[in-house]
This record gives sequence, C-alpha cells and structure tokens, in this order.
Amino acid sequence: MELLYASCIGVLVFCGVFLILRARTFPVVLGLTMFSYAVNLFLFSAGRLSLNKAAVLGYSSDYADPLPQALVLTAIVIGFAMTAFVVILAIRGRADLGTDHVDGYEVEKQLKVKKTRKAKKAKKVKS
Amino acid sequence: MSQHLIFLPILLPMFAGVILLMSPFGKTKTNRRFTSLCLSVLTFIASLVLLFTVKADGTQIYAIGDWSAPFGIVLVADPLSTILVCLTTLLGAVCVLYASSSDDEKGSFFHPLVHFLILGVNGAFLTGDAFNLFVFFEVLLIASYSLLMHGGYKRSTRAALHYVIMNLVGSAVFLIALGILYGVLGTLNMADMAQKVSLLQGDDIYLAKIGGLLLLVVFALKGALLPLHLWLPNTYASAMPVVAALFAIMTKVGVYSMMRFYTLIFGEQAGELSHIAQNWLWWLALVTIVMGAIGVIASKDLSKLIANLVIVSVGSLVALISVQTIGSSAAAIYYLVHSTLVTAALFLIVDLVGRQRESVFDRIEAGPPVLQPKLLGLCFIVAAISVIGMPPLSGFIAKVWLLKETVNADHSIVFWSIYLVASLAVLVAVTKAGSTIFWHHLDVQIKPEKQKMVQPGQLIALIILLAGAPLMSIFAGSLSEFSLDAATKLHDFNSNIDVVLTGGLK
Repeated sequence: MELLYASCIGVLVFCGVFLILRARTFPVVLGLTMFSYAVNLFLFSAGRLSLNKAAVLGYSSDYADPLPQALVLTAIVIGFAMTAFVVILAIRGRADLGTDHVDGYEVEKQLKVKKTRKAKKAKKVKS
Repeated sequence: MSQHLIFLPILLPMFAGVILLMSPFGKTKTNRRFTSLCLSVLTFIASLVLLFTVKADGTQIYAIGDWSAPFGIVLVADPLSTILVCLTTLLGAVCVLYASSSDDEKGSFFHPLVHFLILGVNGAFLTGDAFNLFVFFEVLLIASYSLLMHGGYKRSTRAALHYVIMNLVGSAVFLIALGILYGVLGTLNMADMAQKVSLLQGDDIYLAKIGGLLLLVVFALKGALLPLHLWLPNTYASAMPVVAALFAIMTKVGVYSMMRFYTLIFGEQAGELSHIAQNWLWWLALVTIVMGAIGVIASKDLSKLIANLVIVSVGSLVALISVQTIGSSAAAIYYLVHSTLVTAALFLIVDLVGRQRESVFDRIEAGPPVLQPKLLGLCFIVAAISVIGMPPLSGFIAKVWLLKETVNADHSIVFWSIYLVASLAVLVAVTKAGSTIFWHHLDVQIKPEKQKMVQPGQLIALIILLAGAPLMSIFAGSLSEFSLDAATKLHDFNSNIDVVLTGGLK
C-alpha cells in the first residue's frame, strides 16, 4: 500500500511541476491543481497509513490520527479558493494582455515583428 | 476582558472587514472611509495596549477555545510579535488615511481588503502554531492578491499573475514541509516542536532536516531572499503606491518566521539539528544585498528603485538573523521597524511626486517641475537620509548596530566590505534620483485642471511615517533596550517553552 501511495504522490508531483513550468496559463493552472492534490495526499499520510483503525469516536484502543485529516480538510478548502482565484486571474490576464502566455507577450511573435521591421528597414535603405 | 486582549488585533480587523461590506457602513464613500479609519485606529490602540501589557507582565498566552497548548491552537504575544503587530496596525491606519484622499475609489472593496490583510499579518505574528501560521499566510496572501489588482492597470495583471503562481507553489511547499515535520515530531505547536526536535533519533533527524530546510524555501520566497526575490520589484512597482507601502510589512512576515523557526525550533537546543539554516541564510543574505544594490543602481523608475531597496533591507535583516546572538536579533528588530516605516514613507512620496509630474510620472528623468518642490523635497530628503543610513536619523543607528553585531561573525570582512559598498551604491543611486526628479526640469507647464496638490490627509499620513525616523533616533536608548528585551525573550529557550506549554492551562 505504501509503495502505491508514494508512487501516486510522486507521479502527481511530477506532472504538476512539469505543467507549472509550461508557458501558457491553462497548463499552469492544471499543474497547480495537481500539485495541490499531491500535497493533500502527502499531508494525509503524515499521520501514517493504517488499515482498520477506528476514527476518534467513543472509546477505542487503536485509532487513526485525526489531526492530519483536519489539516487536509483545511488545505483542501484553501487550495480550492486559491485555484478559483488563479483561474479568474488567468481569464483576466487573457483579456487584459491579449494572450494567454504567462509573460504577457508572445516571444515568437515579437521576434517575427522585429525581423519584419528589420527587413523593411533594409528595403528602404536599398531603395 | 483583559485575557482576551491578545485576540483583539486579529478580531478587530476581521470585524472591520466584515462590517465594511455591509450596508450602512459600506454604502457611501464617506461612511466607508470614516468607519475604516476609526476601526483601524481602534486596532492600533488595542495593539498598543497589548504592547504595554506585555511590557509590564511578560509574555501573554491565549488558548483558543480554552484547549491547552500542545493540543489546541495558542496565540503567543511576546515582545517581538507585539512590536510587529503594533507596526502593522500603525501602517494599516496610515495607509487607510492616505488612501481615503482618493486612491480607495479606483477599485472596489479597498477598505475591507486592507483590514483582511492586517488580520492575516497580525495573525501570522501572534500565532504559536505552525499550521495556523500557514492559514494566516493564506489569509494575508489572498487579500494581497486582490489589493495588487486594485486600480486595475493592465501592467499589474501580469505582475499579479506571476506573484499569485509563485505564492501558490510556495504554499504547497509549506504544506509539504509541515507534513514532514508533523510526521516526525507528532506536533505542530511551535514550542512543543522545539522541545521534541532535540529528541529525534536515526533517520527522523534527516527527515526533520528536510522539513526545516523546505520551510526555509518558503520563508525565503515570502521574504524575497535571493534566488526567490525576482517577483518583488515588478509586483511592488506595479501595485498602487499606497498598496506597495502596505506591502512593506509583508516581506517582514517571512523574515519574522525565519527568526521564530531558526532561533526557537532549530536553534541552539536542537541537538543535531541546531543552526541548520545558519550558513544558508548568511551567504544568501550577502548575495541578496549585492543583487539589491545592483537593482537600485539599474532602476529607471523611482518605485522600482524603492522595491530594490526593500531587497537590500531584507538581505541585511537576514544576515543579522543568521548570526543568532541576542545582540544581533535585537539589532534585527530595530532595523526591521526602521526599514518598514521608511520604505512605506518612500512609496507614498513616489506617489505624490508622480502625480505632480504628469506624463513622466516616477521615471528618473527630466520632466515637468514638481508643483510643491519644497514640501515634497523636504520629505524626500528626510526619507532618503534615513534609508541611506546617514546621521542623525534612525537609519544611521540601525546601520551602526548592524555592523557592530556582525563584526564577530565568521567571514565578517566579506560582509562588511559588501555591505558598505552596497550602501555607497544606494547613496549614489538615491541622490541621483532625487536630484534628477527635483532639479532637472523641462519647460513644460501642467494645465491647471490637471494639477494635483497634496491633500491634507495624504500629508498627515506621510508625516506620521516620516516622524518615525527622527523619533526612533531620539528615543533610541529606550527602544534599543526594549528590542534587547524582546531578543532576550526570543532566545530564552526554556522560558519560552514553559510559558507556552504551561501558561495555557492557567
């Protein structure tokens, strides 16, 4: 179970980090979401993984650690709010800047514009 | 009543933020401004009362819901956190006053957001629980995200996007670090963590080390320490200046958390884990100062220049923290208060000067003459002398104290030379900026209807912040004693733990 759980978190973190490093806002938002899923799973495992243990209700000699569950709940709520905010911000960025590139401008387009300008100048000089 | 006093600096801003959203208080412009100003001043008074209580009776503990220390969440008001709470609430009140002249109407919900930001910052300073620290970090961050967008320039969207994404990743790393630390220590109460860190054995030591250093990454991001400082200049320069002035306290939250974690939990008593971050902090601080100074020289806008000054001040603070003696922590506390006040004042001056220069705004180049050159020039000189660290203002005392405390540290020659050269660079850059802005005129007159004179509210706010510089140097004796006292309490491992773990039961 530990192996499965750990590799699941690992794959999620891998995908999350990979997507966060992309240049468009949509993959970045997806990456952040995956990363926060991985974090939630990780926090949950901080109380050690166990089978057949009771929740803290009534009396039991053998119970699961309740604190990580509370922490995960808080983390999920906060993560959800933050993701909602970043989605809205990404949409606003698309509207304000005219592109969904995280830097606010297209690198390739700018290069092209520069090249065409240079070409035009060169033509003018020749004529 | 008096036992609930600690909770007031958190409760009052929350109350203010909520009622400002409701009808009679938040309905018209005047109502909003009046309510917001009154409540922010009230919060400041409450935190001053808390400061005097803490000074008289020592560290105060408040167990939320009466759940005693290692099990429930406690608020800890020791001298250090109370000083910072006072500073935050003062800054909040001043910014509300300043913005009430016109800035708050450039977007919606300025006043509630400011109060929520103060709530988050105060909470982060007062809490004694590591997970609660995370929660308050998120509260202050979401308020700061929205404040950053306030005013709604297009260029600020890009800076906000970077800032938000950086901080979301930072929060995720924070949670991972807390998860690791909880997994090995079994507690999240800071005092209890400090007690249990020294008892770790075997592989758990390495896990705790990973957790502790991941926390360093998070605090370095919040505090803008070198490899993670790149978000700061753009964010601060693109925010509205009054918001940037308020943000002057936000890097300090990261610095404060470093102080707490690396002197209390991973401090001298931590056995194999003692001083895990010291070397990192020392060298990163040095490089941060260098990069900040280069940024200061290279800046073309006054607001970028000041944002880079923030980076230099963070570098100096972190260098002091990494020395980890009582004296150095005391110097750090004094420096922290001084640099917050003076940077906030500088951001406000940039705003006032920029408004009067019309099209050039705050770019450091010749433009239309400033309309009130004597008033604003005088303010700028006071702030500049203080930030550069020339006598007789507070910057000088802070700087001398900093140099005195670092003289015995390892590699102090490297630090001294770098720090002094950086100060020289700051001196040159600030002088050049000031003389260009105030003395290089173009023969352009601004149309009378576009002339924006300084409003009385703005002037009062600015003067309150600027008054900090001479006052902190006049009362330097008692202030330095108080910061020494705060630093002694911060370093006193046993009494810290005793107070938190048993004080909650009473």
